Amino acid sequence: MIAMNEEEILLFGPPKKIKELSFGVLSPEHIRKMSVTTIVQADTYDDEGYPINGGLMDPKLGVIDPGLRCRTCGSKFGECQGHFGHIELSRPVIHVGYAKEVYDILKATCKECSRLLLPEDRLAQYHTRLEEEGVRGSIRQAIIIEVLSEAAKKKGVIKDTTCPHCGTEQAKIKFDKPTAYKEGDKKLTPSDIRERFEKIPNEDVVLMGWNPECARPEWSILTVLPVAPVTVRPSITLESGIRSEDDLTHKLVDIIRINQRLRENLDAGAPQLIVEDLWELLQYHVTTYFDNEVSGVPPARHRSGRVLKTLTQRLKGKEGRFRNNLSGKRVDFSARTVISPDPNISINEVGVPLFVAKELTVPERATHRNLERLRGLVLNGSEAYPGANYIIRHDGMRKRVSDITKDILAEELDIGYVVERHLCDGDIVLFNRQPSLHRLSIMAHEVRVMPYKTFRLNLCVCPPYNADFDGDEMNMHVPQTEEAQAEARILMRVQEQIISPRFGEPVIGGSQDYLSGAYLLTKRSSFFTRDQVAQMIYVSDIPSASLPEPAKIEGDVPYWSGKQVFSLLLPSDLNIEYKAKVCQKCEMCEGVNCKYDAFVRIEGGRLVSGIIDGATFKARSNCKLLDKLVKDYGTDTGRIFLDSVTRLILQATAIIGFTTGIDDEDIPKAGAVLIDKIIFEGKEKVDKLIETYRQGYLEPLPGRSVEETLESKIMQALAEARDKAGDISERYLGMNRGAVIMAKTGAKGNMLDITQMSASLGQMSVRGTRLHRGYINRSLSSFKEDDLSAEARGFVSASYKKGLNPKEFFFHAMGGREGLVDTAVRTAQSGYMQRRLMNALQDMSVRYDGTVRTNDDIIVQFAYGEDGIDPAKSTYGKAVDIDWIVHKNLNSHTEG
Amino acid sequence: MSDSTINILKHNLVPEHVVLTPEEEEAFLVQYKINRYNLPLIKTSDPVIKMLEEEQNISLKGRIIKIIRTDSPAGEGVYYRYVIE
Ligand SMILES: [Mg+2]
Ligand SMILES: [Zn+2]
Ligand SMILES: [Zn+2]
Ligand SMILES: [Zn+2]
Repeated sequence: MIAMNEEEILLFGPPKKIKELSFGVLSPEHIRKMSVTTIVQADTYDDEGYPINGGLMDPKLGVIDPGLRCRTCGSKFGECQGHFGHIELSRPVIHVGYAKEVYDILKATCKECSRLLLPEDRLAQYHTRLEEEGVRGSIRQAIIIEVLSEAAKKKGVIKDTTCPHCGTEQAKIKFDKPTAYKEGDKKLTPSDIRERFEKIPNEDVVLMGWNPECARPEWSILTVLPVAPVTVRPSITLESGIRSEDDLTHKLVDIIRINQRLRENLDAGAPQLIVEDLWELLQYHVTTYFDNEVSGVPPARHRSGRVLKTLTQRLKGKEGRFRNNLSGKRVDFSARTVISPDPNISINEVGVPLFVAKELTVPERATHRNLERLRGLVLNGSEAYPGANYIIRHDGMRKRVSDITKDILAEELDIGYVVERHLCDGDIVLFNRQPSLHRLSIMAHEVRVMPYKTFRLNLCVCPPYNADFDGDEMNMHVPQTEEAQAEARILMRVQEQIISPRFGEPVIGGSQDYLSGAYLLTKRSSFFTRDQVAQMIYVSDIPSASLPEPAKIEGDVPYWSGKQVFSLLLPSDLNIEYKAKVCQKCEMCEGVNCKYDAFVRIEGGRLVSGIIDGATFKARSNCKLLDKLVKDYGTDTGRIFLDSVTRLILQATAIIGFTTGIDDEDIPKAGAVLIDKIIFEGKEKVDKLIETYRQGYLEPLPGRSVEETLESKIMQALAEARDKAGDISERYLGMNRGAVIMAKTGAKGNMLDITQMSASLGQMSVRGTRLHRGYINRSLSSFKEDDLSAEARGFVSASYKKGLNPKEFFFHAMGGREGLVDTAVRTAQSGYMQRRLMNALQDMSVRYDGTVRTNDDIIVQFAYGEDGIDPAKSTYGKAVDIDWIVHKNLNSHTEG
Repeated sequence: MSDSTINILKHNLVPEHVVLTPEEEEAFLVQYKINRYNLPLIKTSDPVIKMLEEEQNISLKGRIIKIIRTDSPAGEGVYYRYVIE
């Protein structure tokens, strides 16, 4: 609510609460009553440049020139919101917005007595139904549609076409879009229709879905046209001094002109034909005044040929009033710039450039506790940091802090003053990246003021924003009240969002180098000297870490294992076992003795065995450790773990070193020969299949034609060959290669990608089939027609490293294109669906009785999600993780 | 019910529909502090409602139907619908 000052309260009384709004149709009397003047002149300004009285720019309609006062209310420019005028139409016209409703009512009412074409008993029945069931809008609508269509004899009990009230035979009504009606062969003029509508009794109006108190049907036929205040259609004075009028004004000029000509012709008793033509022209101008995009009506144009933007065009669409100015608008106290990574700040923080911090302010009220600090800030002025930009006195008077005024203002500063000080470290701000698809797209961060010009972001927070640093920009908003700041800090802070509200998986966590780095840190062969460990502990900011006994002593030098260092981050009562991402899925799991060290066991906060990788703390994955830390130990523990582990891993990676290169895909000669042989055998097998098919010996699979059978067998054979080639190459690709580490730990890519680089790309496909289109019965002109062989249908035996020949390259491009098109189409479709769903669901809430209801209390679900479970508090969608609870209790028992 | 029609109530994809007794309705409406028009709706033209009406030989218009779903990913889900024309 906008705060009122004392003067306003004296004038208008205390602020009032809006109880309800009612929407209706303006009646002619209402239009005249709210009008300050009738507009009779089609002109705007006289030769001297003064607005003409009774013209479209009549000074009573409001002020658009600074310095002038409103002729109606006496207010200045900017204070007066403008006043309506009106035009008395010489003949009534249809309001396009209600053309459809007019048609419905015409069809449903008697031409003679204007009653609804339903017998009294049916009317009574509908009245009771409306009273009983009409409480709910959707049911009410359904009943009204039923009434109208039954009365219009589309269906229902009465089959004859006479009025049940007066017995008059009814003629068929034809609607000639957008605003013409015919009864039988006779044209219905708006006057005829209006006359009919006037006679409809209020009881019948109710049944047609109108509330006669604020919307009588005859009001949808205009006899008086409201003229919008000048403030909504201001004229602009160009540099050349020529006035340029708003589109609405142009349209109103047209209306008044035709209206006058029609009046003159009527008064002179002009022939019917001329009157009708002018009347139709008036209808055209009024129609396009409301909506200049009605189908079947040529849009009204400006002299230059530009299509005019009239009332509907101002509201509609993305650039319209609703989507551009009401649902979304530009705001103060916000900033936008490019983002870049900073692994050294907390996930809770955001790095804010100094020049942004000096522009954006937080209002802080002076108390006896902070007065001296605030005085210091004011004394610093607005140029130095940290300073202040404004101070606000007790009376609401706002003073800019400048180099000249800062000393006086600092002197004046007193308890109760508000200081708009620069953004400081620790202030809470909202951070956002478009498209804002889910609630994690806006999170609260703590400010860290930094040099340079980009927003800095911890890498763990990239997944929820879907941010990267290839030029992405993000927005920042500064909450201006203590309530807003507290709310943001408690509900929206990054650490509170580690667990996704979707189904309880962490959305904030490690990715990419953090995962391959974790592998390097914790693999069995990783040992660190005392100095290295000290350095690691220092950068990762582990509080009160005490070094355990060294894992080994070689010569005289003590060494600590990476597992020992990692353990320093874990709570001392943590016990957990799970399989790491690098697990090879051995037939018999050997647990702690796994030869790949893939079995993670943590005992009393000590990492006893296993490699730390994606399975431990990868964002947006079913990771095993991070979610337990957050759910069992709280979000603080989760945040501290992430902040520390990432820095620890970076330090370890810096010590050990990590790289990838094209030699990661090198396969020794023996392997290469083997791969070539397998591919060759696969192709041979395909040739044999084709041969069998050509001879007519191929047995069709059940439910398939011979051709389909051949196709599927070929695909199978080639897939097999590719897989085998992949297996061979995998055999040579050990964990000593960077690319393999990245794939196996879940950092980036997968083994398929690597085998595509090292062994063979395999079959290219479009829409799930081998490539066959392009030319008649062949994929490329260099093949014979109906060549079904592997090469002719898009099998690429080369690897990326070896290089593709031209044909293979083209096939690869065909497959790649499909992928690109698919993603483009998918994002467009899902974006539209998202908008629709959000609009439909945004006002629903879970109530205290557990039900999900809409704004008007209509129940949508009797328990949220049918089970009343908050997915954010569940473990990967399940309400309770029984295994984990049992495990924890067993452990505490054995300890106790 | 003619022999050629299938009793959809017995189909395993159709959840169990129970007609609440007037007493049950009363208690239900009190429990959720609502009137019946705030409930989700089901039309009398719905095949299940038609079948129930035929089976029990009553008009269900204005009654409340309890639907017990066992195929919900959340386990057993109970839902209520108000029957309208
Ligand atoms: Mg990007
Ligand atoms: Zn005014
Ligand atoms: Zn009649
Ligand atoms: Zn194993």
